[in-house]
Amino acid sequence: MKAAVAVEEKLVRVLGDGGRVDQGKDPGLADRDLLTLYRTMLLNRLVDERMFRLQRQGRIAFYIGSAGEEAAIIGAAFALEDRDWVVPCYREFGAAYLRGFPLRDFFCQVFGNADDLIRGRQMPVHIASPRLHLLSVSSPVGTQIPHAVGLAMAARIRKLKEVTLVFFGEGATSEGDFHVSMNFAGVFKAPCVFLCRNNQWAISVPGTKQTAAESIDIKARAYGFEGIRVDGNDVLAVYTTTRKAVEKARSGGGPTLIEAFTYRQGPHSTSDDPRSYRGEEEVEEWKKKDPIARFRQYLEARKLWDEDRDMTLARELNDQILSTLKEVENIGPPPPETAVEDVYAEIPWHLREQREEIIRRAARQRQSWPR
Amino acid sequence: MAEMNIIQAVNDALRVEMERDERVIVMGEDVGRFGGVFRATQGLQERFGPDRVFDTPLAEAGIVGTAIGMALHGLRPVPEIQFADYIYPAFDQIVNELAKYRYRSGGQYTCPVVIRAPYGGGVRGGHYHSQSPEAYFVHTAGLKVVIPSNPYDAKGLLISAIRDDDPVMFFEPKRMYRAAKGEVPEGEYSIPLGQAARVREGDQCTVLAYGAMLHTARDAVDLAAAKGIGCDLIDLRTLLPFDIEAILTSVKKTGRVVIVHEAPRTCGFGAELSATISEKALLHLEAPILRITGFDTPFPYTWERAYLPDAERVLAGIEETVAF
Repeated sequence: MKAAVAVEEKLVRVLGDGGRVDQGKDPGLADRDLLTLYRTMLLNRLVDERMFRLQRQGRIAFYIGSAGEEAAIIGAAFALEDRDWVVPCYREFGAAYLRGFPLRDFFCQVFGNADDLIRGRQMPVHIASPRLHLLSVSSPVGTQIPHAVGLAMAARIRKLKEVTLVFFGEGATSEGDFHVSMNFAGVFKAPCVFLCRNNQWAISVPGTKQTAAESIDIKARAYGFEGIRVDGNDVLAVYTTTRKAVEKARSGGGPTLIEAFTYRQGPHSTSDDPRSYRGEEEVEEWKKKDPIARFRQYLEARKLWDEDRDMTLARELNDQILSTLKEVENIGPPPPETAVEDVYAEIPWHLREQREEIIRRAARQRQSWPR
Repeated sequence: MAEMNIIQAVNDALRVEMERDERVIVMGEDVGRFGGVFRATQGLQERFGPDRVFDTPLAEAGIVGTAIGMALHGLRPVPEIQFADYIYPAFDQIVNELAKYRYRSGGQYTCPVVIRAPYGGGVRGGHYHSQSPEAYFVHTAGLKVVIPSNPYDAKGLLISAIRDDDPVMFFEPKRMYRAAKGEVPEGEYSIPLGQAARVREGDQCTVLAYGAMLHTARDAVDLAAAKGIGCDLIDLRTLLPFDIEAILTSVKKTGRVVIVHEAPRTCGFGAELSATISEKALLHLEAPILRITGFDTPFPYTWERAYLPDAERVLAGIEETVAF
């Protein structure tokens, strides 16, 4: 951790101790915007907590959360306009929600039910929405990064002033796709912002085992563009930094790599138990730097928030989560034969045959198929 | 009509589609200023400009990965992989991303990318300029796989592939790039994907082939005809989805099948054809289905003539099958 402590000093930071802010650094967001950010971060946290509980109760198969990384995810997405694109990894529900992804659609996706926009095709949290300019989530690490560069190149070719923001973790920076994408982005001056959530753990492997470099941001230099390291638990710092990078990209200045230095407070996913590879003290230290708590201190210092309002909001959000869950939990799965649809635009002969087989089997065995 | 070779036909198809649809773009290694190492994209950058025809860094995963992003934005990229042998760095992007995007997004997104790549041996290219990797991609749900054998088909199929809303792997038989010549109409025409063509007609044996091997198989079928053995020769043209009707109609007539491809035998495309025919037409068969293919070795340099099926080997296979 020595290297990380040393480079922590050069982190871009806006939120100081006790919610104090250096006036020169405050992005000057309207009160309404500040409260939107806070509300979204809190909702993200509460949804995660509820989903983990659902998984433990056996009501969903799997979940992958964002606890501790809400500022990096939501702060960055807040720097975009509607016409811009978000290319998510698998922890960006908060970014999707901020852009208008309905909670109901999210829960339908988590259940993989008949109302799921992706028709039960992927594990929970693997959302997609062309309407919101949100690409489809893929489980393999880093594979989405070249798509983001391609989107940005297409926007440039079509002379549209759209910017693409792509999310990935520090583990992804070991993948070839990351390096290939950075190289293409530099060569084509693609209007693309790379947002690396350095949460310090790729399942059980610490960041120091991913790279011998002192930090991630410096990797941009070799590809011919700027890299910036920001306090990923400081939503205003992430927002300000991303906003600058987005404007630079929009005005033809090319890509930027932003390393948001943060921490994965929870397990990698519901299938993971971090107690076997990292100490509780480390987790506790980082919980003291929790991005939601830090932002709340700032809002309180600005007299925009207090404990009463916080409890009311949490109750409201939890009610909304529970009532939406109740509304969708009993929607059944899509018909089994839809499994052969969307492989192609039209169903070819061999899949038509296989669809018949599924229909025949469903008539006989459906009762025994697990939900 | 002009006489063209396959390279000229491919070039013409790209030109026609780029004129018709400004969303079509061409990208890859050396495809821009130089016009491609086989000259398939010659003159396109001059005609359509560097925004629509451009050289990329030397990274196949990046070529395919960024092409996916461009397609998701609404463009119709036609990336070139310089040799099919070099496609493997892009394998994950093709198999896990390109092929799956429509399915995994519930049909909300589509990825109309056409990946062009010269394939096959017979050019003294050794293991890394001779491979036929089509079976990997035929095994991948979400892709279409097309392999033309002649200039007319190359143009008509490439135009269909570019207009198709699904990703297409378009493998071009490099050995026949300049050797296969034929009349090619000017302007637009298309050949539907999924339709085979009957090249020779006969009722004693069905010979199935595609790409460069179609020419080898045709030579063999002509030699057989001279010996009094009449064969149906079917050029599959599209491997996925393949033309099951054309195949079964012929097999039910002849009762005997020889499949020819230059890719290795084990789990090659011939295995799929053989299995499907057995499942659907077993009682029509008079002899075991025979595969004449490349061997299960890496592609050899010095002995490529021993490796590649030739007319003599295919003829021997036809005779053996007919005599069974």
